[in-house]
Amino acid sequence: MKSKDRNYFKILRAGINTTYQDLGRNNLYHIGIPFSGAMDKRNFQLLNSLLQNDYNSPVIEFAYQGPHLKYFGKDIFFCISGNVSFKIISKEGVIDGNSYQCYLLKNGDEVDIHSTNKSVYGYFSINGTFGVDYYWGSCSINTQAQIGPNNGNKFSKDLEIEIIDINNSFNKRKLDYLGSTIENIRVIKGTNYDYFSNSSQDKFFKEIFKITKLSDRMGMRLEGPKIENIVDPNIKSEGLVKGVIQITSAGDPIIMLSDHGTIGGYPKIATVISADYDRLVQLTPGSNIKFKDVSLEDAETLYKLYQMETNNLISQIK
Amino acid sequence: MIKNILNLGDAALYCDFGSDVNQEINSNVIKYFYHIKKLNLKGITNLTPSYNKLIISYDLNIHSFLSLKKKIENIEIKENNKLEKNLIEIPVCCDNDFALDIERVENKLKLKSEIILEKFFSKNYFCYMTGFVAGMPFLGDLDQEMRLKRLETPRVKVPKGSVGITEQFCNIYSFETPGGWNILGNTPQNIFDSSNQSKPNLVNPGDTIKFYRITLDQYNEIKR
Repeated sequence: MKSKDRNYFKILRAGINTTYQDLGRNNLYHIGIPFSGAMDKRNFQLLNSLLQNDYNSPVIEFAYQGPHLKYFGKDIFFCISGNVSFKIISKEGVIDGNSYQCYLLKNGDEVDIHSTNKSVYGYFSINGTFGVDYYWGSCSINTQAQIGPNNGNKFSKDLEIEIIDINNSFNKRKLDYLGSTIENIRVIKGTNYDYFSNSSQDKFFKEIFKITKLSDRMGMRLEGPKIENIVDPNIKSEGLVKGVIQITSAGDPIIMLSDHGTIGGYPKIATVISADYDRLVQLTPGSNIKFKDVSLEDAETLYKLYQMETNNLISQIK
Repeated sequence: MIKNILNLGDAALYCDFGSDVNQEINSNVIKYFYHIKKLNLKGITNLTPSYNKLIISYDLNIHSFLSLKKKIENIEIKENNKLEKNLIEIPVCCDNDFALDIERVENKLKLKSEIILEKFFSKNYFCYMTGFVAGMPFLGDLDQEMRLKRLETPRVKVPKGSVGITEQFCNIYSFETPGGWNILGNTPQNIFDSSNQSKPNLVNPGDTIKFYRITLDQYNEIKR
């Protein structure tokens, strides 16, 4: 490609954990590869809808502090989803941007994504397609197994993000949305619920847990009242799914997230319901968490409602 | 052959084949795994076989627990369905720099290192499952007198290629990860290859593994 025809971002600052993500890769648990994919699927979906991209187009996910990008190429639009503070730096000056709004970028303009606010993950994309390689049908970067574009590593300074396609018939769009928070994280009791003493079962649902700093795309470690195991601190290792809450030998809960190990040997006290997963992953270290028990039937209904709500938001984009 | 099907959260079936860990039960799990995989059912997003469980993840937009449970319960698997088994030979170097826990194992088992290694290399091992991290095989069974617990304090980083034992099992660390198995040696062979997308794992459930011992020179030769 001739350099004058190239459209790309140069990374001036990479941010803390910046990666490509899409909906992730299926049917690989048996060889030890988790789903991965965007942690907050609703914000992923909203972003691709705002930009009129395919529903599974690659986006750039960042955590806490995002990247600072400088753009080179012909005019392009970008958009950010999540609760994010960012600035757009152009020849005309510096402006503060708003999430869920599209902005025009010209050659030489910069986007500086300072931080996510009271949340962990944010998403960045353009009205077009990033040039990424696909591994098992997905461009999601899994840094633990080093799978995905950029040799499976998170973004680093000076990396260049290629754009291989720009949608020229695009019109600026926006969504008025403040994000969605949740009071309790709803769970279904786990397959080893009876491994724990009655008083610990009680505590699990009545008391408050705190999210520790030992949280990333693989898992979220909590601290709070110790959960007492009265059967065996280990089970025969078996498959895990995202949202499973295991209790470690030390009595602390650990929640499996999108890049989790596929097999585990700690007893499972509960599993976060699918409807609450996007909001769970956005809880920052130091936040409190309270669990609420729901039935399987309720969880299935709540998921349908959550999907309807997402589709409703998508229909409000104009 | 499935004893019971429960739900694991709201988007996975938890199929229980029994509480024991043995090759008979595990072979049943693996047969179901390959059979269901071949059916290519719409909306199944993952199958995770382990010693005595099979977890079936599904897309909640397509299935509900009860409807999928019924489908799986109605699957018939012929008893004489033979498993495809490959014999895979894997070189291991037990040089001092690699055998991180040999002294601990000597003390716990009250056997000399040469006897331990002789016993370890004299057997073929069955692959029960792969996972935790990409490509890691869980193999068994070790002789009774070779069984010991994992490290009291797990290592923060176990070197890639390490070959470890715990209880009746051995494994190969396909990546550098935290872990608590007793490390006897290291293989120069690549256990997981993400560039080989049709067959990324060297070892798959049902395979038989034969370890053979190599010198440090041979190790470096293969590594090169």
